[in-house]
Amino acid sequence: MVFFKKNLYGDYGDKESPTGGGIEKTSTNEWPLWEIFIRSKQGLDHKHVGSLHAVDAQMAIENARDVYTRRQEGVSIWVVESKFIHASNPDEAESFYEPANDKVYRHPTFYDLPDEIKHM
Amino acid sequence: MNTQTFIYTLHLGDNALILAQRNAEWTGHGPVLEQDIAITNISLDLLGQARNFYQYAASLFNGFNEQQKNIVDKYIPRLWKQYNRELQEDDLAFLRDEHQYLNLLITELPKGDWAQSVLRQFFFSTFQFYLYQQLQNISDQHLTAIAEKSIKEVTYHLRWSAEWVIRLGDGTEESNQRIKNALADQWMFTGEMFMPEEYELVDVRSFKNSWIQKVEDVLSEATLELPTQTWMQGGGKQGKHTEYLGYLLAEMQYLQRTHPNSVW
Repeated sequence: MVFFKKNLYGDYGDKESPTGGGIEKTSTNEWPLWEIFIRSKQGLDHKHVGSLHAVDAQMAIENARDVYTRRQEGVSIWVVESKFIHASNPDEAESFYEPANDKVYRHPTFYDLPDEIKHM
Repeated sequence: MNTQTFIYTLHLGDNALILAQRNAEWTGHGPVLEQDIAITNISLDLLGQARNFYQYAASLFNGFNEQQKNIVDKYIPRLWKQYNRELQEDDLAFLRDEHQYLNLLITELPKGDWAQSVLRQFFFSTFQFYLYQQLQNISDQHLTAIAEKSIKEVTYHLRWSAEWVIRLGDGTEESNQRIKNALADQWMFTGEMFMPEEYELVDVRSFKNSWIQKVEDVLSEATLELPTQTWMQGGGKQGKHTEYLGYLLAEMQYLQRTHPNSVW
């Protein structure tokens, strides 16, 4: 049973697990979950602020406006369905990230920056 | 002229206040969390508009001479007269009796189910949108400023409610039936928006066609038909209200009447 014919996705699972797999549950009463990213007035990038349920992208943006910008948190909203976010597996953290710890030569810290360069 | 402005400002404030009170009844009862927040946000927006109007009205009244005060006396709360201090926004909001409120009848209708609330919001926000556009052209600078600020909120209210009317109308069988019922119930209260009153500073008939056009567009996208009924209920703008208003005011005014002249 779908709520709104207009925005038919077919059977929809509430895939809240970030690794995108796990249990395929077709939840008949739950709207899709969306992750919300807001850019503040002074910011340059959109930051993840939370998630909410909505039927489609338009409703997700409006809900994000109502829920996450009430206190002037931001001026721009991105919404992405949670199922489209793929995350790295925490179990692989060791092989993913630790090798970089002792490769200090990859950091650009051995230059003297001229005074004229303001933003680096 | 100033007394006319005073009365008109009361009408504008009452519209916002009564609907704010109705929408606030959804607090904690919204169908889903995000919509609970959405409609209570709308309620707060309206309450903010009401405050602006009442503050202006109170300051107008405090500057009136005896003759002007007599002219508007029938709108002044009796209880306030015992306080022996200047009139304030809260006195106008919380101490008047039913017949002293000048809000449109459609704002005091019960919140009903979700379909009834969003449809009522859509009718009202469309009206407010065109009204506030007109208000930016009148000579009273204060009202113009309030309208200019408020129309941004109203633009969102209109967008939000129109979308919900479409989603419910063009949705499932149940949602379509519910919004059809709401349409049948509420249509006869929409005509009052365009019945002119002497105290109005805007000719409400001037944007009736725009209102009808917008409503037609949204209803047709929602697969609903514009009702053909022409008889319209009125009276709210003259202080003649439905039975609903009494109960609403009893709840809203209880605190201020039980603890007269108290402060936070």
